[in-house]
Amino acid sequence: MTATGIGAPVKRKEDQRFITGKGQYTDDINRPGQAYAVFVRSPHAHATLKNIDLSAALKSPGCLGAFTGADLAADKVGTLICGWMIHSKDGSPMKAGVHPALAQGKVRYVGDHVAVVIGETLNAAKDAAEKVSVDYDALPAVTELASAQNADQPQIHAEAANNTVYQWHLGDKAAVAAAFAGAKYVTKIDLINNRLIPNAIEPRAAIGEWDAGNDSLTLYTTSQNPHVTRLVLAAFIGLAPEHKLRVIAPDVGGGFGSKIFIYAEETVCLWAARKVGRPVKWTGDRSEAFLADAHGRDHVTHAELAVDANGKILALRASTKANLGGYLSTFASSVPTYLYAPLLSGQYDIPAIYCEVDGVYTNTAPVDAYRGAGRPEATFVVERLVEVAARQIGMDPAEFRRQNFIKSFPHQTPVIMAYDAGDYEACLNKALELADYKGLGARKAESAKKGLKRGLGFSAYIEACGIAPSQAVGSLGAGVGLWESAEVRVNPTGSVEVLTGSHSHGQGHETTFAQLVSQRLGIPIEQVTIVHGDTDKVQFGMGTYGSRSGAVGMSAIFRAIDKVIVKAKKVAGFVLEVPEETVDFNDGIFSSKATNKTLTFPEVALQAYIAHKFTGAQLEPGLKEGAFFDPTNFTFPSGVHICELEIDPATGATRIERWTAVDDFGTLVNPMIVEGQVHGGIVQGVGQALLEGAVYNKDGQLVTASFMDYTMPRASDVPSFKVAMTSTPCPSNPLGIKGCGEAGAIAAPAAVINAITDALGHEGVAMPATPQAVWRAANRSTQKLAAE
Amino acid sequence: MFSLFRKGKKPAEPASASPSAAPPAAAASATPSNPTTTTPGGRMVKINLTVNGKPASADIDARTLLVQFLRENLRLTGTHVGCDTSQCGACVVHLDGRAVKSCTTLAASCDGAKVVTIEGLAQGGKLHPMQEAFREHHGLQCGFCTPGMIMAAVDIVARRGGRVSEDVVRADLEGNICRCTGYHNIVAAVLAGAAAMSAAGTAKPQAAE
Repeated sequence: MTATGIGAPVKRKEDQRFITGKGQYTDDINRPGQAYAVFVRSPHAHATLKNIDLSAALKSPGCLGAFTGADLAADKVGTLICGWMIHSKDGSPMKAGVHPALAQGKVRYVGDHVAVVIGETLNAAKDAAEKVSVDYDALPAVTELASAQNADQPQIHAEAANNTVYQWHLGDKAAVAAAFAGAKYVTKIDLINNRLIPNAIEPRAAIGEWDAGNDSLTLYTTSQNPHVTRLVLAAFIGLAPEHKLRVIAPDVGGGFGSKIFIYAEETVCLWAARKVGRPVKWTGDRSEAFLADAHGRDHVTHAELAVDANGKILALRASTKANLGGYLSTFASSVPTYLYAPLLSGQYDIPAIYCEVDGVYTNTAPVDAYRGAGRPEATFVVERLVEVAARQIGMDPAEFRRQNFIKSFPHQTPVIMAYDAGDYEACLNKALELADYKGLGARKAESAKKGLKRGLGFSAYIEACGIAPSQAVGSLGAGVGLWESAEVRVNPTGSVEVLTGSHSHGQGHETTFAQLVSQRLGIPIEQVTIVHGDTDKVQFGMGTYGSRSGAVGMSAIFRAIDKVIVKAKKVAGFVLEVPEETVDFNDGIFSSKATNKTLTFPEVALQAYIAHKFTGAQLEPGLKEGAFFDPTNFTFPSGVHICELEIDPATGATRIERWTAVDDFGTLVNPMIVEGQVHGGIVQGVGQALLEGAVYNKDGQLVTASFMDYTMPRASDVPSFKVAMTSTPCPSNPLGIKGCGEAGAIAAPAAVINAITDALGHEGVAMPATPQAVWRAANRSTQKLAAE
Repeated sequence: MFSLFRKGKKPAEPASASPSAAPPAAAASATPSNPTTTTPGGRMVKINLTVNGKPASADIDARTLLVQFLRENLRLTGTHVGCDTSQCGACVVHLDGRAVKSCTTLAASCDGAKVVTIEGLAQGGKLHPMQEAFREHHGLQCGFCTPGMIMAAVDIVARRGGRVSEDVVRADLEGNICRCTGYHNIVAAVLAGAAAMSAAGTAKPQAAE
């Protein structure tokens, strides 16, 4: 390991601009002649649009234009898409309603886009937007997931009878039923996976710009995947041909999934720029983010586990209703299906699994991928079931897990996935030791002396990451391939620019990707620049989500570097006047057993460009190579998290005392950054377990629509964490990377709830386990007695 | 821990809004090309203040928030807006030596004040110890909350004379939300920055004059 190579905790290159206020986020960009967009949003969850009167708005000072869905339709602007086709049990394709960027005929959630007003200034646009008069005919709203499919419920989309988008399933129902029939123990649980609001601290923003001279469009936007945005805006929404549309995602302030999707706002800004002949900027405020950014999770699940007399798991079955909101967001359909049920084997050898999922429309904001996307929901099901089963059987929960762990690899689960590498016991053993599991009894006794209830909860999670290979996801319904691309441009002086299709919005790619280049080409990390987030610079890419940038994005760079080295060796052969096949390249030095002369990497780079030592017939000048990398399997990060907490039964206050995380991410490129990803993930998971929950009332009003009402984790809500690693390198990519971005958020909720239920001695608490909920659960028996 | 909610001074009376003692800085006095902070028909006020040691003056819509003035008029875009309820702290700047949320401070109320933003924290090309600490301890990921975090952290350490512990830092960061880091490394960074500030003798309340 070199000081800046793979495995080194290199300080981040990008930090200089962020700590000095020189980052450039979308809202920091201003274009000459820029106008401002403000959206008129529906105050109703479900209503017919009878009339939209723009006349007063258009007369408002500084108003440059006001438009509705009719204007988009007149210009033949396509509707927003959902890019993953799911088929129901009966083979029928999912029933997707139309999703216009500006509502047509009906609005389907509070915050739905009714009209856009463009103003000379932001205040002018706001003033004019106030003057848009909308005549709504309010309809009853569907807001409760559990009853949304009932025949008496209002219809949200004509296409989807009983508000049902699909009734999907996976696994062998009959085999599972047979296994349950022969089981000694059957554990049954009902779970709510609470709805979350992503809340990246940078609100979404967009600037659309039209170049009339070239008839081309440019979009600056807060995107995790600018090329996918361009592809959808060009090929499906039809705003411009792909070669006439440039999408730039500059510094992006967090994403967590919510900035994957192609939303109404960027679509409308880009379209309106041509309409008013001015750049059009929209910057969402936090209220808009709460109302209309895609939310996450929101499942209701019944799950059962069958166990034999020896404590061996025989089968698992789950039945889930997944809330998809008022429209299908870009990847909404895949999250509760193929990103969920294939993970229901967890880390365990389970011979038979069956899962059925109903995807359901409600009059709420669209629901799509949020950090972990389906995998936290699966882990919550598996790890709650396993914990409760161990308690019912009377086994130590750690030992019950250990007994059922998959112990040899590769392992084919009954639900699609073929786990390629792992050592689950190694993680568990290390976690038990770091958490001082043996001392738990003494600590519980100490807490009890103070009148407090102490509990410990495990979560042994697995995820499928990389979200590739392309052929596999294509066979499951994905509309796109999920490889990644890279181009390595070596300059004549030996410095290197890497163009990557991955996008960094906090992950530190400018550092980690440069570490790979520094190590493989033997050049200082300062000589490497990572370029991303601009479709005019990077040819194509699939972007960053699903913990894929290391495993897939860096692998593409790795392969492009392979090609650079092959070409550089040819150049070195000519310069050293030795046969190409005798040239070796190590630590930045080209050498050959046929000569005692050597060349550095920059010397060879220069020779490649001046091309004095070879003819054009012998070798093409220059040193620039590209690669597309498509892995042969998903990656399978795994780990064991242990949460230990203390509850004050008098107040319901829950305080996390210790957190131990032992993760297996395969190869670590930069352990400092990996640990930071784990910390952040854990706190999002703790937020889900203890604090966060989006609440709609029966009228479909989002009552948790600000940071005053929706409890974000703050520094005092969490402790510092004990984070450690084990490593079984991933065999399906050249670096052995598994991915680390989502692990904490996947692991944490089950660990917290398992700890709370351990402390309380019963299973009756749901997420978010707020002080009130915990107090009620802690005092449940007392209340019952009082009632009697 | 409630310092972030205190205002530096009472809003200035409109009549006294233009003492104009300091010569306006050229960059700041010019009307910006995209005057988002002016509105046809809006009531205009003139303000003079010092931002990062330089005089700044402008005629602004009376509704203009300090953060808008900094971002739109002065193009100091390091100060961010992450919410609309004064909760997230991405907009924290120092107003007359105290941390305030510039998203809920009217620019007109800052007439005559001294404002320091993240861009003004480094002195003579040398990073402030708190900036160094955030880099050293990986106290940031996406960087969006970072300017507010650093400005709040400097205020916490100064206000408490460098006497901070993990519990104190966690409690005092109540007004700043980070969605990326889980706070673990931010807390480590603030403690390290506090030690560096104490060593440098700067862990004391900032001069408010």
